[in-house]
Amino acid sequence: MKHETIETNAGWLIGLTLIVISIGGLVEIVPLYFIEDTIEEVKVEGKDTIHPYSSLELRGRDIYQREGCYTCHSQMIRPFRDEALRYGHYSLAAESKFDHPFQWGSKRTGPDLARVGKKYSNEWHVQHLIEPRSVVKESIMPNYGFLMKPLSYKNLANRMRALKVVGVPYSESKEEYEANVKRFGEDIAKNLDILHAEENLLAQAAAGNYDGNADDVTEMDALVAYLQLLGTMVDFNKFDEGHFAKFR
Amino acid sequence: MSSEKNKPTVQTTGHAWDGDIQEFNNPLPNWWLWTFYATAIFAIVYWFLYPAWPVGDSYTKGMMNEITYTTSDGKTTTTHWNTRALFLKEMQDAREAQAEFLKEINASTFEQIASDEEKSAFAYSMAKVVFADNCAACHQTGGNGVIGFYPNLLDDAWLWGGSFSKIQESIANGRNGSMPAFKGRLTEKQTSDVTDYILSLSGSAVDKSAAKRGKAVFTNAGGCVACHGADGKGKESFGAANLTDKIWTIADVTGADTLEAKKAVVMSVVKNGKTRQMPAWKDRLSATEIKMLTLYVHKLSASQ
Repeated sequence: MKHETIETNAGWLIGLTLIVISIGGLVEIVPLYFIEDTIEEVKVEGKDTIHPYSSLELRGRDIYQREGCYTCHSQMIRPFRDEALRYGHYSLAAESKFDHPFQWGSKRTGPDLARVGKKYSNEWHVQHLIEPRSVVKESIMPNYGFLMKPLSYKNLANRMRALKVVGVPYSESKEEYEANVKRFGEDIAKNLDILHAEENLLAQAAAGNYDGNADDVTEMDALVAYLQLLGTMVDFNKFDEGHFAKFR
Repeated sequence: MSSEKNKPTVQTTGHAWDGDIQEFNNPLPNWWLWTFYATAIFAIVYWFLYPAWPVGDSYTKGMMNEITYTTSDGKTTTTHWNTRALFLKEMQDAREAQAEFLKEINASTFEQIASDEEKSAFAYSMAKVVFADNCAACHQTGGNGVIGFYPNLLDDAWLWGGSFSKIQESIANGRNGSMPAFKGRLTEKQTSDVTDYILSLSGSAVDKSAAKRGKAVFTNAGGCVACHGADGKGKESFGAANLTDKIWTIADVTGADTLEAKKAVVMSVVKNGKTRQMPAWKDRLSATEIKMLTLYVHKLSASQ
């Protein structure tokens, strides 16, 4: 085909340009699906310690995305000493394998949140979200007091089914549930059951009482439950310091 | 434009748009061309030295470019170049650079470090950064806390004890402070009386007879003595506050102007109680970091 034919024909030009530029992306992305060590295996006593979110945490994550937290907070600790000292162990690929979409982010106006879970008390999170400057004077984060409103959870099952379509192992049938018990242990498997999503959400909110108000389930409950889970699924004390370098 | 178009020395691509718009066909400048070749050669060299090409379920790992690192548990590993090994090497270098000091910190008692100028300077400067990253969110950058929520670390009042070992325990294992709510258990009158008594302990000029009645409530009906002690000086084993000093950690008495306002804030705490949690840090910070933090927090208060 002559150069002139391509240059003078918009259809050919668009089609061939797409093919050429996609090669760059494909050669970098496609092999990662076939390379064994891309996603680390993180098992303790035969169980996967990284598991999908419970229904309450999932709603918290939805709110995290709705409010655009990712525009100012990353969830990706890179393997550099300064980041490790400030935030903790570098993030593993496995830690975001159930995230759709992932929340790595690319801009840190606020600090990285990949390991914020259990770092501060629930009370601190609630107060900080309502009025950040009451605890961190120099903060420029907006106030999120409006999250103290009832959480909507009526389409919970569909939200979980949607994630199931892209490979998150929420369970609906008995077999799927049994497989989760085998993979994650019974406590976690119960939380991944779509058919009991709503009662699980209410039970977790009641037990955790994340927002300090036991009477109702608020968006604050969900968001704090999610934040308190971030980065806590892997107990790095159970692995050798150099263990995860073997996957690279 | 029309004169440039007609320059005879430069070739055009030969086609014309809209009748007269033509495109020059200049050769690429040599500097550009050679830079391009150089980048191609660079890429090929890079493929050999660094992890590059996918092969089946693995990839080429690079050659002549190994990293040897030793982790803190003493295991030495040599591996192909990768960012995680590079990170571990970086951590090892820093650890070795600080080893001399860290060894002494680990081997010395709190008192020995605090009295040694060089060791304490090292511990304080390390701890200051750890404090800023982990503690300042609640206790504030300077350690002054937030009244009603997070204890002030600058004053000399300690809910859970201000000795080195108690501070270390608080940081490592966390604390759960719980002042029960007396709403429903005490009548409004009893609450008011006991509040008068509590304020009298730190020298507020309250109604003497009310305070006297309050003392009875404090001892008997309220059972406040169980945690705050018969003398109201508190008990460190419960994290119960000393009520006889002028330092307040939950009720903002100092910030209240009138006696009435002071009473109101104290009564609110008596009625509603307060639960506070200090998280445990032993899984997040190393024992050495906690030791240095302990020294730093102890100094914050001692320097007052």
